[in-house]
Amino acid sequence: MRDNPVLRTAAKILFAPIIVFGLYVQFHGDYSPGGGFQAGVIIAAAFILHGLIFGLEAGRRLVPEWLNLAMLAAGVLIYGGVGVAGMALDGLYLDYNVLLPDPSAGQHVGIILVEFGVGLTVTSVMLALFHAFAGFSEDRFADKPEDTAGGGSQ
Amino acid sequence: MTVFVTNMLLLLFLVFLLVLVIRTRRLFAVVVLAGAYSLVSAAMFVNLDAVDVAFTEAAVGAGISTVLFLATMAYLPGREKVLPSSGRFGNNMSAAIICVIAGALLVAAAVELPAVGDPNAPAHLHVAPRYLEESYSFLHIPNVVTTVLASYRGFDTLGETIVVFTAGLGVLVLLSGYTRTRRTRNETLSRGEGDDA
Repeated sequence: MRDNPVLRTAAKILFAPIIVFGLYVQFHGDYSPGGGFQAGVIIAAAFILHGLIFGLEAGRRLVPEWLNLAMLAAGVLIYGGVGVAGMALDGLYLDYNVLLPDPSAGQHVGIILVEFGVGLTVTSVMLALFHAFAGFSEDRFADKPEDTAGGGSQ
Repeated sequence: MTVFVTNMLLLLFLVFLLVLVIRTRRLFAVVVLAGAYSLVSAAMFVNLDAVDVAFTEAAVGAGISTVLFLATMAYLPGREKVLPSSGRFGNNMSAAIICVIAGALLVAAAVELPAVGDPNAPAHLHVAPRYLEESYSFLHIPNVVTTVLASYRGFDTLGETIVVFTAGLGVLVLLSGYTRTRRTRNETLSRGEGDDA
């Protein structure tokens, strides 16, 4: 599958538009269907496509494991942090009205930040799931036939 | 009327796909059929004007789940094992009785439900009017779903995000081996290779 020129070219062409579409869904969620959950899955789909076509190693070079783990935690921390920021500004937890002088604008900022956090966590969880499942099976196959074949040839 | 007929057709198609999923023994075909099932239910949600839900169903159900299932399939046998006891008459009878009773209860409950889009349905009389009015006049956000999800129901969404986070963490610990034993095993392996060299 990885040597098929049609798949490789299609994946290269599609990769960027999928991410742009994901960002559109992420930040246009106030006006059209979508939001953090959907955008996270779409952006993760772009990286999963890359991983499927160009291999898990290339995917790991694009998004290193430490970065993925950091994003996993950062999303939840951003969400919780917006809540704590509301408390620090004399409001209630997750009260966006106090984030800016104008309550309506504060709500906008709060919603965008919170959705960003959701999108970050969902993207990295989906990516981590893919790498965990696909990498796990690859590990097992590498352990069984290839190890013995390699040992024999040496 | 058109909505009703389209939904009925989609529902029939869903039942058809479900029967296929149950009858098929080749796991690859089952995974693809499950993706098709998600896509058809997404079409059904669009038909019911729940575009946000349809979006999620199409992206998660038809997209990511299919890929994850396929990735998992790489270390499973290609065909489902049929248990020899599954053809026994007694088992089938008790299963049939449970199915009929549960189905009858669901139908009895569904008869009582208000019609789709009924403005006098209890769900539309409680807080929904306030959300609909306030979300545009005060917040100037046209998509009420986003306002309810992120602002009015911010705590719920925080909980959902933490659920996703925890699920991801659980899978990572189980499969990627972020545990002390796995790390020491790798260290001993690399040390052993070093000794050989």
